[in-house]
Amino acid sequence: MTAASRAEVAVVACAELFRGDGEIVASPMALIPAIGARLARLTFEPDLLLSDGEAYLLDTEGRVEGWQPFKKVLDVVVPHGKRHVVMGASQLDRFGNQNISAIGEHAHPKRQLLGVRGAPGNTVNNRTSYWVPRHGTRVFTPAVDVVSGVGHDNAAKAGQAATRFHDLHRVVTDLAVLDFSGPEHTMRLVSVHPGVSVADVVERTGFELDTSAVTSTRLPDHDELRLIREVLDPAGSREREVAA
Amino acid sequence: MADKRMTADDVADELADGMTIGIGGWGSRRKPMALVRAILRSPLKDLTVVSYGGPDVGLLAAAGKIRRLVFGFVTLDSIPIDPNFARARQRGELEVTEYDEGMFAAGLAAAVKRLPFLPIRAGLGSDVVLRNPELRTVRSPYADGEELLAVPALRLDAALVHLNRADARGNAQYLGPDPYFDDDFALAADRCYVSVERIVDTAELTGSAPVQSLLLNRGEVTGVVETPHGAHFTSAVPDYPRDEDFQRHYAGCAKNPDAWPSFVDRFLTGDEANYQSEVARFEREHAA
Repeated sequence: MTAASRAEVAVVACAELFRGDGEIVASPMALIPAIGARLARLTFEPDLLLSDGEAYLLDTEGRVEGWQPFKKVLDVVVPHGKRHVVMGASQLDRFGNQNISAIGEHAHPKRQLLGVRGAPGNTVNNRTSYWVPRHGTRVFTPAVDVVSGVGHDNAAKAGQAATRFHDLHRVVTDLAVLDFSGPEHTMRLVSVHPGVSVADVVERTGFELDTSAVTSTRLPDHDELRLIREVLDPAGSREREVAA
Repeated sequence: MADKRMTADDVADELADGMTIGIGGWGSRRKPMALVRAILRSPLKDLTVVSYGGPDVGLLAAAGKIRRLVFGFVTLDSIPIDPNFARARQRGELEVTEYDEGMFAAGLAAAVKRLPFLPIRAGLGSDVVLRNPELRTVRSPYADGEELLAVPALRLDAALVHLNRADARGNAQYLGPDPYFDDDFALAADRCYVSVERIVDTAELTGSAPVQSLLLNRGEVTGVVETPHGAHFTSAVPDYPRDEDFQRHYAGCAKNPDAWPSFVDRFLTGDEANYQSEVARFEREHAA
């Protein structure tokens, strides 16, 4: 079997986000984290619940095992908190504030994006991670234009109701894995992917990063590579989401 | 026994300038597009539109019908951004109330329950609070003392939803896997207009589908419109999926200011029958 591609390393890093989660709903919002979540379920987290992106929960065999329409997600699943969402981010700052709403002034944006969607509610209710397919200074910015997902500083300012279930877990990118265990819950570089240096990541991050204890992102093992290539993504769509 | 059947244009006639209109569905899914198209043909203006937005919002924004938009997102799902909506925003043409999706749901639910507000955690710490300075918090009167966001009721003058079947009296049914928030839109509104793929005999509603699929009873419905393919180009499963080819055509034309007038001219200037026949012609051209 050929060596793991960057996309496959990222898939496994996304799978690792769910380690220890148990029987909760995983909500990956992009392709690589979705493959990662399914890989985690096929290997070390067999009890994860996954939706089809519509109203069904599907088991590993693709059988419908539950009903989860959007209203149930918002009324119950998110506030109940037994969920781990992996969202994208057009901008992300060192405290974990995320923007998916608009670039520029909110009343008259330079570029309209999706809107805040469920990001405010996700971040104050259940475990949240982020997936960034192109690690660069446009995304990793000193301050985001519209706080959609709530970072540590803003949660603290909003008070105990906002911090009570606030749980920013990690950020996976095409270069690295990061978390928020730096000083005052700021972003820390956890590991760099094979072939990436710490300097590469620092250069492509628009704020100061804690690089005091960086390791290497683990490689997919033989079984994981086989599952990714033969079972989960035989068409190789993952390679289009991440540059080689 | 009231026969509530009416046409899409009748619905537009019953609306008025400046009204707050809720639009059901979700993104590019089961949107009451035939009713939206009727509004596009009408002189209605200065609307406040409340929507989990899809092409309904894009089309109404492009036609200059929206004064204020209450939304959590606007997306075409398989195409992330609706170009018409993006352009209207980037020109600063819309007043917006941008909520978290859960806050939006809480606002509708408060209106349904005739409460002034409902408390929610979602929104705290985000710029939703900053950009909507009228929002207030409320402190729990119990020992926990938590300070939560008080989402004001999203009361609607009218709601427009598209379901799969109804009878002539307004009992209405969804046959797909997701009701979205259409039942809340209906009850949050003073008047609810339902378009459906087919109007059938009452007995037929439960003839082949479980009773839980009867989302709205006639007491919640003001008018029923039979509009086959009325959700086009959004999905109305199991009757039809989203028309991805046509949606791509819509988005492509919307992105290009030179192409947009001819899209409007071809598809949106005539009546609904003209729209549907032009879509059929487009499909034939596309298949050729």
